[in-house]
Amino acid sequence: MTNKIKVATTSLAGCFGCHMSFLDIDERIVALAEVAEFDRSPITDIEHCGPCDIGLIEGGVCNSENVHVLREFRKNCKILVAVGACAINGGLPAMRNYVNLEDCLLEAYRDGIGVENAQIPSDPELPLLLDKVHPIHEIVKVDYFMPGCPPSADVFWTFLTALVEGREPALPYELVHYD
Amino acid sequence: MTGTINLDGQTIPFTEGQTIIEAATAAGVYIPHLCHKPGYTPHGSCKLCTVKVNGRNCSACTFPAADGQTVISNNDELAHDRRRITQMLFVEGNHFCPSCEKSGNCQLQGVAYHLQMYDNHFPHFFALREVDASHPDILIDHNRCIFCNLCVRASQEKDGKNVFGIAGRGINKRLVINSPSGQLKDSDIAVDDCAAHICPTGAILIKRTGFQVPIGQRIYDHKQISEVALAAEGGSCSRPAAALAPSQEVAHDK
Ligand code: SF4
Ligand code: SF4
Ligand code: FES
Repeated sequence: MTNKIKVATTSLAGCFGCHMSFLDIDERIVALAEVAEFDRSPITDIEHCGPCDIGLIEGGVCNSENVHVLREFRKNCKILVAVGACAINGGLPAMRNYVNLEDCLLEAYRDGIGVENAQIPSDPELPLLLDKVHPIHEIVKVDYFMPGCPPSADVFWTFLTALVEGREPALPYELVHYD
Repeated sequence: MTGTINLDGQTIPFTEGQTIIEAATAAGVYIPHLCHKPGYTPHGSCKLCTVKVNGRNCSACTFPAADGQTVISNNDELAHDRRRITQMLFVEGNHFCPSCEKSGNCQLQGVAYHLQMYDNHFPHFFALREVDASHPDILIDHNRCIFCNLCVRASQEKDGKNVFGIAGRGINKRLVINSPSGQLKDSDIAVDDCAAHICPTGAILIKRTGFQVPIGQRIYDHKQISEVALAAEGGSCSRPAAALAPSQEVAHDK
């Protein structure tokens, strides 16, 4: 039996930069590990998240798998947090929203400079792309948002310590950045 | 006529003809705003400066101060409304701050930081908007325009030209350029014009100046827009931005 807080994390349409920034809390991760344990996350290799206290979502929603993962997190996590610009407004991946999806695929896999063996990937295992990239609050209810591209380690620390201690997270001015 | 108004419980003086925001600024009280700028005809379009005057919502940048008024600017309800207004500005345009060279120097962003805005709340429009990079020195990214009308006013009132206009209504509203082709290169704008430097967002940018001050060292990275605005707008502020050297680019923001 453990009374530790369970934390799950995932990256949807993101670059894992937010996860890297999270790791920048450096040795504070030891203090965190004393009160929290990881469920599904890149460090545990657990495939599906079980019942959790906090779910951290990096990245927006660009394909069918992202929708499933996001819904699974919402179902299992008491508190769901949108981490970083992509989860909050679609971020860089959402810049494809202004290009027709077909044109986008053709440019990437057939017509682009340096493309060899041109073909649009069509393996049935691949998740279907959505027409547009969406911020996660357009798909599920989100409880908190951590702005930044990525949010700094101090933002992670400020938010998580507040949530773990049952306080409302709030950021001092210096930590609020959208870039 | 002069007199006093009561602003958030503080008695402040005003002089004949002053709006509420002018009286507040002179007294060192910041009221969030985007389309207002000292020295320019009030426009009253962004509604960010909404205050309660004797119980009714009014735009502080257009509403004249009058003796004995009770004005509320600083309460939770107005802070909430201002945050929602700012979120609407973010979702109706396409604001990807990490890819914007104005980031850190942008008043829209500065106001959002000040309002502790962590998310955009509404579904995004992802509206299709153009970039006009036709001019050799000036770039317009329509994705970032908030229709504050400042470039329109600057061109007419300060530059004696008529380069910009706002056309259409609601979601079809757009910034138009007064030139035969509709492109900036065929207008008579010059890089020294006030209109080229007044944009509070990254919609109008001067080419080849973008990263002279690195991200992280820019104005709203360290200073709240409330301090910056009061320092810049407390006195008379009609100095043309074009008089500033490029290395002082952040100052264009004020
Ligand atoms: S104009 Fe301002 S708010 Fe918009 S993307 Fe650029 S920095 Fe962000
Ligand atoms: S281009 Fe800039 S100054 Fe002109 S209306 Fe748009 S936001 Fe305002
Ligand atoms: S500043 Fe008053 S309405 Fe925009």
